[in-house]
Amino acid sequence: MTFLEKLDRRWIFLAVGLLVLLPLLFPLALPLFVTPPVAAFVKAVDSIPDGSKVLMSCDYDPASIPEMVPMTRTALRHLLDKRCKLVITVLWTGGPGLVDRVVRQIIEKEYPDRKYGVDFVNLGYKAGDEAVMLAMGQGIVNTFPRDYQGNDTRSMPIMNGVRDYSSFPMLVNISAGYPGTKEWVQQVQARFHLPMVAGVTAVSAPEYYPYLQSHQLLGLLGGMAGAAEYEKARNEKGSATRGMDAQSLAHYFVALCILLGNLVQWTKSRRTVA
Amino acid sequence: MSFHPAALNTAYGVGIWVGALLTFCVFSFLYKDNPFYKFAEHLFVGVSAGYYIILNFWTVIYPNLMEPLGKAFAGKGAGEQAGMFAAQLGDYRGWLLIPAFLGLLLFTRLFGRIGWLSRWPLAVLVGIYAGLQTTGFAQGDLVAQIGASLQPLWTGKLGSSLNAIVFTIGLVTSLLFFFFSREHKGALGAASRIGIMFLMVGFGAGYGYTVMSRVSLLIGRFQFLLEDWLGIVR
Repeated sequence: MTFLEKLDRRWIFLAVGLLVLLPLLFPLALPLFVTPPVAAFVKAVDSIPDGSKVLMSCDYDPASIPEMVPMTRTALRHLLDKRCKLVITVLWTGGPGLVDRVVRQIIEKEYPDRKYGVDFVNLGYKAGDEAVMLAMGQGIVNTFPRDYQGNDTRSMPIMNGVRDYSSFPMLVNISAGYPGTKEWVQQVQARFHLPMVAGVTAVSAPEYYPYLQSHQLLGLLGGMAGAAEYEKARNEKGSATRGMDAQSLAHYFVALCILLGNLVQWTKSRRTVA
Repeated sequence: MSFHPAALNTAYGVGIWVGALLTFCVFSFLYKDNPFYKFAEHLFVGVSAGYYIILNFWTVIYPNLMEPLGKAFAGKGAGEQAGMFAAQLGDYRGWLLIPAFLGLLLFTRLFGRIGWLSRWPLAVLVGIYAGLQTTGFAQGDLVAQIGASLQPLWTGKLGSSLNAIVFTIGLVTSLLFFFFSREHKGALGAASRIGIMFLMVGFGAGYGYTVMSRVSLLIGRFQFLLEDWLGIVR
C-alpha cells in the first residue's frame, strides 16, 4: 500500500491514455443498449411531420466536438431522412464555423439534392444569449437578418412563412452548456410552448433529467454514451460508437482508482491510530 | 503508418498538422509545465481574441446595428417615406441609436475621468438579464418542477409506483436536509440523514457523468490523431 501512497500521478495519466488508445486501435465491441431517454428522443423526432421546418440550435464550440458532433450528425441525418427543412442557429461564439462544416459535410456527401437556402440554412451566431432567444420569439428574420455567409435571409425560400417559434413543430437543441438547453427550456419552451428535445454534454446531463421527468424535454441524449445509443437506435456506426469501448475501460479504471484510493486512506488511518 | 495523400497539399491538411502538433504541445503538460504548452496556451488566447472580435463585428454589429441604421439614415427599406424614427410607418430602426450609444459608453472605461459612464450600460445589461433570468426561472423551473413533483404515489403499476415513492421520499428528505432553522435531531435528523444519502447518490451520478465528459475529450483527441492525422483508423 505504501507503493500506492507514493505513486506518481503521471503513471495514472499513462494508464488512462493507454486504456483509451488501445480500444480505438483494437475495438472490443462491448454491448450497448438504448436507454429510455434516448428512445424518447428518437420517438419525439420521429413524430415530427415529414417535410416540416425544424429549428435546430447547435450551441457548442470545438471543445465539445467528441460529444456534440456525433449527436449533431445523427440528428441531421434523422431530420433529413424525414425531408425536414433545417433552420440552424448557433449561440456559442466558437461554434458557427464548426457547425457549418459539420452540416455541409453531411449534406454534400449524403444528401446532395438538398439546396442551401431552400432545404437548410445556417443562420450562424448571434450575441445576446437569452435575449436572442426572446428576440427570435418576436421574429426570426429580424433577429437574423443575415445568415452565417452574410446572405440576406429575407430573400431565402426556406424563410418564407417562418415568423417565430410557432413556425416550427419542434426545437432540436444540441448544447454544451451556457447558453443552451437550460435557457431554451426557461425562455422558449416555458414561454412559447415549443416542444423540445436536447443532446447535451455528459457533465451537464444530470442537470437536465428533471426537465425530462417533467416532460419539458421530450428526449435527452447525455454525452458520448447518449450519442452512441442514438447511433445504435438509427443503425449508424459513428465516432461515438467507436469511442464507447475506450469510454467503458476508462470508467472501469477510474472506479478501480477510487476503490484503491479509499483502501489506501483506510490503511493509512489505521496505521495512524495504531 | 500511412499519411493522407493530400495532407500537405491543402489548407485543410496543414490545419490537421497544426492541430496535431498543438495537441501534443498541450498533452506535454501532463508530464510537467513546459514552453511548448505555454506556446499553445498563448496562441489559443491570442487567436481566440481576434476571432471573437471579427465574428462579433460581422455577425452582430454589422447586420444588426450598422446595416439597418445605415438604411434608416438613407431612408431605405421600410417604404418610400421611411427613415430615422419613422415608427408610425413601422420602421423602428432609428431607435438602434440608443443601444449603439450605450455600447459606446462601455468604452469610456478606457478613459479614467469619464469611466463612470460605463456603469450606465452595465446597469441596463444587469437589469435586463436579471429580469430575463428571474422570469425564465420562475416559468421554466420553479412552477414547472413543482408541478411535475406533485405526482400520485400509486399509479396502478408496481414499477412506476415504486419509482414515484422513491422520488417523493428523496425530494422531501433532501429538502429537509436544507432546513437549517432547527437542529437536525430526532425525526428531522433521521430525515436529513436519508436526504444526505439521496444527495450523495446525485453527486455520484454527477461525478460519473463528469468522468464520461472528460474521457470523451481524450477520446476525441485520440480519434483526431488516429483518424484525421495518421489515417490508420477509419
